[in-house]
Amino acid sequence: MKPTKPPPRRFNFRGFKPREIKPQTVEKIVKGFVWSVALMVIAVLISIVVFILYKGLPVINWGFLTEIPRKMGREGGISSAIAGTLLVTAVAVFIAMPFGIGTAFYLAEYTRGNTVTRVIRFSAESLAGIPSIVYGLFGFIFFVMYLNLGWSVLSGGLTLAIMILPTIIRTSEEAIRSVPNTYREVGFSLGGTKWQTIRGAVAPSAVRGIANGVILSVGRSVAETAAVVLTAGSALRMPASLSSPARTMAVHFYILATEGISMENAYGTAAILIILIFFINIVANTLINRFVAKGR
Amino acid sequence: MRKFKEKLSERIFFALALSSISVLALITLFIFIKGVPLIAEVGAFKFIFGMSWAPGRGEFGIFPMIIGSVSVTLGAAVLGIPVGICCSIFMAEFAPVWMRNIFRPAIQLLAGIPSVVYGFWGLLFVVPAIRNYLGGPGLSILAGSVILAIMILPTIISISEVSLLALPRHYKEGALALGMTHWQTIRSVQLPAAKSGIVAAVILGIGRAIGETMAVIMVLGNSVAVPQSVLDPVRTLTTNIGIEMGYASGGHQQALFATGIVLFVIIMALNVSAQYITRRKIK
Repeated sequence: MKPTKPPPRRFNFRGFKPREIKPQTVEKIVKGFVWSVALMVIAVLISIVVFILYKGLPVINWGFLTEIPRKMGREGGISSAIAGTLLVTAVAVFIAMPFGIGTAFYLAEYTRGNTVTRVIRFSAESLAGIPSIVYGLFGFIFFVMYLNLGWSVLSGGLTLAIMILPTIIRTSEEAIRSVPNTYREVGFSLGGTKWQTIRGAVAPSAVRGIANGVILSVGRSVAETAAVVLTAGSALRMPASLSSPARTMAVHFYILATEGISMENAYGTAAILIILIFFINIVANTLINRFVAKGR
Repeated sequence: MRKFKEKLSERIFFALALSSISVLALITLFIFIKGVPLIAEVGAFKFIFGMSWAPGRGEFGIFPMIIGSVSVTLGAAVLGIPVGICCSIFMAEFAPVWMRNIFRPAIQLLAGIPSVVYGFWGLLFVVPAIRNYLGGPGLSILAGSVILAIMILPTIISISEVSLLALPRHYKEGALALGMTHWQTIRSVQLPAAKSGIVAAVILGIGRAIGETMAVIMVLGNSVAVPQSVLDPVRTLTTNIGIEMGYASGGHQQALFATGIVLFVIIMALNVSAQYITRRKIK
């Protein structure tokens, strides 16, 4: 890496010299340009959120949250979709957590940079890039058909668990690696084994960072549509058990909006989704801030 | 006893790690098992370069959808990458602290909003705008590109910003001490130094754009034909699966899995190159 480049050769052809622009002027132009692009982008992004909330908030009331959808969702509330979202997400997170965190501990504490490690890391990073529709295809052929779980909360949750696994692995590994080495050294110097050191010294101080990753992946599962519609189905009934089909809020919104069933209820559902994501982010940020404060 | 616990804990962690990654093998295996027979039956060349997609007549050619995916993704990249890098420069260098503190959570929130919401917004605003001002049906490559560009912005911005902020302080200080202006410093010192991180951000963004399904179903028009202009409707590989998976069966379903294989291969190629680039930086 070269930190500096030689100054660009100025155009000079038989005594002809173009007028030079002073670097200070360029600086002003560029600054103005970058500022305006950034402000425009944030304006567009915020307008999306404001628009959905503006249209959706008036729809939301107690009945909307607690009633079952009637007439395909044209009337009534979205209680079964809320239940579906919570159930599918809960299954996904509870299954992905032990595997994701375990993998992170293995990568951060036990690996020695050999081939096995490289394969694990490569796979984890590759999983992160696979499109959700491909997870949906896999969930459909493996959980729904091959394991014969049918369109169900369980199939949807398991599919999402695989999808959020890379997020949990990556954030947890970062959290574990950011625990200062002195913690480990103290653990060992007290005569602790590796496991005792991890349990007593490393894990407690990494727990907030790990929780942050888990919460972010909750957000991802709540927002997912493509993978869920292929594995959990789109039944409107209140899911009775883990083996019954369910419709999540994101799927409900998609169906209401694209089939033109009820724009009002679609806006209401979207508004609740955005509020939910907002709260999830606040919790995650609070955790991360405390985590950083504690690390110092 | 302690030694036993020690051994046991390592074994358990190792087993958890192994099962996490065996999922990748499982995904590959099942999608290929389901899709490869159809590719073999139709012929790989005819499947990938075939122009006609008519599952009812047993014609499975996905070339128009490959063109669709490529064109929509290219459009999103052309629109999204410069804007994204611009924003990351703004966040890392120009923005005052209070603004950064608003921008960062806002970008994070936008990364978490369901893709269906973006698609719906596009259907309500972008599609009519294109129809009224530029002509055509509105449901078009351009509409999809705009929506995808907006959707990949959070990814590109946050990763490039991190790589800009991660540069050692003395790079910037040295350049400023040489009398460079702030922009000259950014252009000739900071951007080149953060290049690998920015490239990785761009590749991840492109991967997200190729893989996106629900948002683009709403705004692309979904007709299976090779587009003549950016105002024509198209269908992508992902939307082909998303639309038809609901009712497909038999050979048709296999063909959708075969579409998934093509998508999977493209994404894996992108993943590997992104990983290669980031790893080179670490060394």
